Amino acid sequence: MPDCRYFLFTMQIILNGQPVDTADQTLRELIAEQGFVPDAIVAEVNFELIKKEHWQQHVLQDGDTVELLSFVGGG
Amino acid sequence: MSSRMGTQWSCSVLLEAVDVTEYRKTANDALLLGGVRFSSRLLTGTGKFASRELIAPMLAASGSEMITVALRRVDPKAGEQDILRYIPPSVQVLPNTSGARTAEEAVRIARIAREAGCGDFIKIEVITDNRYLLPDNAETLKATELLAKEGFIVLPYMMPDITVSKQLHDAGAAAVMPLGSPIGSNRGLEMKAMIKRIIESSKLPVVVDAGIGRPSQAAEAMELGADAVLVNTAIATSSDPVMAGKAFALAVQAGRLARLAQLAEEQEYAQASSPLTGFLR
Repeated sequence: MPDCRYFLFTMQIILNGQPVDTADQTLRELIAEQGFVPDAIVAEVNFELIKKEHWQQHVLQDGDTVELLSFVGGG
Repeated sequence: MSSRMGTQWSCSVLLEAVDVTEYRKTANDALLLGGVRFSSRLLTGTGKFASRELIAPMLAASGSEMITVALRRVDPKAGEQDILRYIPPSVQVLPNTSGARTAEEAVRIARIAREAGCGDFIKIEVITDNRYLLPDNAETLKATELLAKEGFIVLPYMMPDITVSKQLHDAGAAAVMPLGSPIGSNRGLEMKAMIKRIIESSKLPVVVDAGIGRPSQAAEAMELGADAVLVNTAIATSSDPVMAGKAFALAVQAGRLARLAQLAEEQEYAQASSPLTGFLR
């Protein structure tokens, strides 16, 4: 069971079009917690590309729109 | 063979001479896209392969030096999805903007692709028609203009239209990519007449993209004067994509050489190949 701190720090973001409740502070934490393979990912927060080296410093805010993208097969 | 040619030696000299002629014709025949030289005129795609492990051997067999990829949301449950690791570093990655329905969405995808380290090449693909997957030329033109200003090497997938082709040139495109027929349809050059007119009038390289289902159709496009073709579905969905890649490469080369050789025009009636005099009668 989450304690009171969970409710204190939790926020809702939109991750790849879906609302997600999270207590993660940074983009890097979010990517790890959600089970993504960091090497294969391109991350965009609020339509702005965040380079991999800045994931650690990038603090997420309630209501952020996060896109985690990858190159796939296509013509 | 040696009885007619004299000796084996002279025969091999003759073959060498043929090779040299071929070389002279084709050595300076590189495809130039945005100032980058490509010796192969076959562009390929990474879509629809049964196994991604087939992409590298297909590239090796076909000699293709440029291959398309798409950008999509990741599903972490689907495991490793990054297609880039299956493409050898010597091959130019060409990200497409598939999924974009407007110029703005295409621009957004292009910027992400470049930031992700894919370089300056971008294939613009703006589609709102889900049945035939035909491109929206107006939005494509808008996206081309915006991205060319940002220094992208823009290859727009387009509905064959001479006026739009000229506008894309003025907007800074590096080539135009008219479709042969709908994506993945294997219907060949349904747009042949319009593509021919674009080839005749375009100052930009013309890459026939989409719908090429057989090597003979690729050769047909090259004979027509296309500068290159882009083939994905036909190679990827064949039973042997490596062999199919090779077959398309040979067809593209044959079509290109035929174009350079300036074949004679079609005739309505027979034109005898043997002399019409001195018959034994």
